[in-house]
Amino acid sequence: MRGVISYGAYLPHRRLDRSTIAAVAGTGGGKGTRTVASYDEDTTTLGVEAARRALRATTTRPGALWFSTVTPAYVDKTNATIVHAALRLPPDVIAADFGGAVRSGVAALRAAISGGPTALVVTADIRTGLPGSADESAGGDAAAALLVGDDSDGPVIAELIGSGTATDEFLDRWRTPGDARSKQWEEKFGETQYLPLAQAAFRAALADAGIEADRIDHLVVTGQHGRANKTVLKKLGVDGAKVIDDLSATVGNPGAAQLGILLAAALDRATPGQVIAVLSLADGADALVFRTTEAITTFEPASPVADQVAAGAPLPYGKFLAWRGFLTPDPPRRPEPARPSSSAAARNEDWKYGFVGARDRTSGAVHLPPSRVSMEGGAIDDMESIPMADVGGTVVTYTIDKLVYSPSPPVVFAIVDFDGGGRAPVELTDIDPAEAAIGARVEMTFRRLFTADGIHNYFWKARPIRDVASTAAEQQGA
Amino acid sequence: MASHGIKDRVAIVAMGCTPFKEHWDKGVDDLALEASNEAFAGAGITKDDVDAYWLGTAQSGMSGITLARALQLQGKPVTRVENYCATGSEALRQAAYAVASGAYDVAMAVGVEKVKDSGYQGLNAFPIPNDGTTRTLTAAGSFSMVAPAYAAKYGVDMADLKRTLARIASKNHYNGARNPRAQFRREMSVDQICAMPNVAGDLSVFDCAGVADGSASAIVVRAEDAHRYTDTPIYIKALSFVAGNGSGLMDPDYDYTWFPEIATCAADAYAQAGIEHPVDRIAMAEVHDCFTPTELVLMEDLGFSGRGTAWKDIEAGRFDLGGELPVNPDGGLKSFGHPVGASGLRMMFEAWLQLRGEAPADRTISSISGDRNLALTHNLGGYPGEMVSFIALLGASLD
Repeated sequence: MRGVISYGAYLPHRRLDRSTIAAVAGTGGGKGTRTVASYDEDTTTLGVEAARRALRATTTRPGALWFSTVTPAYVDKTNATIVHAALRLPPDVIAADFGGAVRSGVAALRAAISGGPTALVVTADIRTGLPGSADESAGGDAAAALLVGDDSDGPVIAELIGSGTATDEFLDRWRTPGDARSKQWEEKFGETQYLPLAQAAFRAALADAGIEADRIDHLVVTGQHGRANKTVLKKLGVDGAKVIDDLSATVGNPGAAQLGILLAAALDRATPGQVIAVLSLADGADALVFRTTEAITTFEPASPVADQVAAGAPLPYGKFLAWRGFLTPDPPRRPEPARPSSSAAARNEDWKYGFVGARDRTSGAVHLPPSRVSMEGGAIDDMESIPMADVGGTVVTYTIDKLVYSPSPPVVFAIVDFDGGGRAPVELTDIDPAEAAIGARVEMTFRRLFTADGIHNYFWKARPIRDVASTAAEQQGA
Repeated sequence: MASHGIKDRVAIVAMGCTPFKEHWDKGVDDLALEASNEAFAGAGITKDDVDAYWLGTAQSGMSGITLARALQLQGKPVTRVENYCATGSEALRQAAYAVASGAYDVAMAVGVEKVKDSGYQGLNAFPIPNDGTTRTLTAAGSFSMVAPAYAAKYGVDMADLKRTLARIASKNHYNGARNPRAQFRREMSVDQICAMPNVAGDLSVFDCAGVADGSASAIVVRAEDAHRYTDTPIYIKALSFVAGNGSGLMDPDYDYTWFPEIATCAADAYAQAGIEHPVDRIAMAEVHDCFTPTELVLMEDLGFSGRGTAWKDIEAGRFDLGGELPVNPDGGLKSFGHPVGASGLRMMFEAWLQLRGEAPADRTISSISGDRNLALTHNLGGYPGEMVSFIALLGASLD
C-alpha cells in the first residue's frame, strides 16, 4: 500500500481585502480576501513552514524531498536544499526542485507516489499579477507538504488507488522568465482544450481504481483556469455537495500549492474508507484517487486548513504593493545590509538554517548561537546539539526600531526566553508594533531577512502564537 | 595574578581637543593634526620628542600609518587600536602602560573619528563578513530595551521614567550650551525633549548621542618627569578595562537593568586607586551617555547611586552641573557629540580642564574639595549583554 502518510498546510498570516484594491489601482478587486506572503517570506520559507507541519504530525522521516514552485527564490541554485537544511534532514536524503509551471507540483506528487523512497513533496507559490489585474485578486500565497510512502514506512492515512493523466500542447497561460505577470489566451479557448483532457484523465483514474464516480466522497478540482474548473466540475458525475470548496473567497488560488492545500482540507475532514479524488488542470490534466484508511482516525494535523483560513490579519493594499515590489516607499536612510558570507553560512548551517543551539552537558547552559566554550564553568567542546526551532518562547522585553534598515520598517525586536532554557535576541514578524508585549508567547518561523547581491539571507524569527478565536475577533474588529 | 594598576606612576602633561561637529571641511588628517598640535604646544614639545604613538579610531583609518602620514612622523612606532566606542580610552591606556613599563619616556594617544563622510545619519558599523544571523537592530534599539526593564523592576511608571530620561538629556544640553567645543549648544527643556517622536522604543533622537567628527589627544610621561612639561599635571590613579563575553545576549538571568561588565570594571578601577567609598573621593564624572537610559543605569553600576535609586538622584539634581557629583559637565556624548575614536579622550579632556581649574567660568564645577578631588571617566562600547567597559580615575595631586 502506498499513499499519504502525513501532510501539512501553511497559509501566511496576512490577508488582502479585495474590496480595497480598486480605490488605489482604479480597477480590479472584488469580494473576499486572499492570503499574502509576508515581505520576509518567499516560496522556500513558505515550503519550510508547511514541511515542518507535515513532519510534526508523524514520526516517519522522508528519504527524498521534492520541492515545487512556479516562483522559485533562486534559479541555477536548488531551493529544496534550503528546505532540507531547515528541516535538518540527513545528507543521504535527496532534495531537488520541480520548477517552472503549476503542473510541476502535481508531477512531483505523481513521481513520489509512483514508488521509491518515502518522499516529502513540498509545493509553494506566491501568485502575483499587475495591480488591478484578475491574477492579483484571484491569486493566493500558500504552501502544502505531503509525505508519501509505503505502509512499511509509516501508517498510510490515504492510499492511492488509481491515477490517470492526459497531456497536450496548447497555449493558455504563459510568462517569460523575469516577467512580473502571466498572460492568458482568450478564456474560452482554454476551456475547450481542458474539458476533454480533464474528462479523459478522470475516467482513466476511476478505471484504474475500479470505481464509479458516485463512490467519490470528496472531490478536489484545481487549476489556474477558473472557468474550465467550473465547467469540468459539472461534467464529472459527482454530486456538488462532495466538492471541496476551492477557498477562492478567503485564500485565493495558490498556484502550485493549490492541490496540496485542498487535498489537506479534504483529509482534515475525511473519515476511514472514504474516497478522495483530485483532478488537476494544468497544461493537461492529472487525476489521483485515494481511499482513506483506519489510520486517519488517529492522525492529527499540525494545523487544520479551516483553522488557518479563520486566522490571519488584514494587510493594507499599499503594503501589499510595497511587498510585491510594485510600490517603493522611501527606505530608512541607513546602509543596506552586506551580503551574508557563503562560507560562514556553511560552517554554521545547523544554526542558521536549523536554529540548532548547543547545551553544556555539565552546567546545562543553552548557547544560542552554539559555542565551543561554555559561558558557565568554561568546559570546552562538551556541548550537545539542541534543536530550538520547535521550542516555544516568551518575550522578556522588546523594542520598536524605526531607524534600522528593514525591507518593511519598523523592526519589532524582542529578547525571547525559550521554554526549558535558552535566550536569544530575535526579530518578531507577523505582528503589528502595537501588538508587541512583554510576556507574549512566541514560536519560531523560518524567514528571509533580506536579499543582498542576489543572496537571500535566511534565518529564523519569532511570531506570536495566536489562538484561532482571538485572530477571528481581530478580523472582525478590523 | 592581579590587576595592580599604575596608580600615580604616569601623568598626563598636555591634551588637545578639537571642536566636535559636522566638520564637512576637514578630514581625518586635519582633525588629528589639530588635536595633536594643541597637545604638542601645551607640553612645549614637537612631534619628534614623542617616542611612541597610539592612534584610536574605530573605522576612519587602518593601521598606525593613518596617524604617521597625517603628522608625517619619521621612524616612530605608531599603533592603531580599536575597542568599539571605548577606542579613544584604549589608546590612552596603551600609551600610559608603555610609559609605565619604562619602554618609552614620552608617549601620545590620539583619538579621531570622521563619522560624517558616510552619508548616513547615526553610526554605522563596518560590516565584517558573517553568516547573516547577527542582530538586526540599531544601538538605539538595543539600549532602548533598558528603560522598560528598569521601570518594571523598580516599580517606576514608564511615563515618569521618560521624564527622568529627558532630564538627563536636558542636563547634558545645559552643560553643552556652556561648552564652546560642543556640537549642540542649545538648552533643551524636559518638556521639549518629551515632545519629540520616538525612533526606537521610548527613545527619541534627543535621547541619543550627537554624531560628530572630532579628535582629541593626550601626552603622557612618567609621573616623576611630569613637571618638566607642566606645572599642573594630572595623575593617572586607575585604568580599568573589561571586555564582556557576550553572555548577556543568551543568559536568561540577565535582566537589562544593569551592565555587569561596568560593575566589574568599576570594582577593579576603585581597587587600583585604593578607593573604598567612591562618592567620598570622586568630585566629577564623565560617563558614556550614548543614550539616556545608559546614563541612568551607569549611576548605579559606578556605585554613585544604590540599585533602583538613580532615577531619584537624577530628579533631585545630584548630578547637575551645580550638584553634589556633576556628571558630564562638558555636555557628554549627548551634547558634545560622539566621534567614536575621540570620545574617550574627550572625556579626559574635561577632567583635565576641571581638575586644573581651566574650565570656562560658567561651567566650572564646585564639588572639588579636600579628599573629594578625583575625576572619573567612563567609556563603553557595544550593547546591553555584550559590551566593553573602560574606567579611568584621575587626580591633580599624588597621594
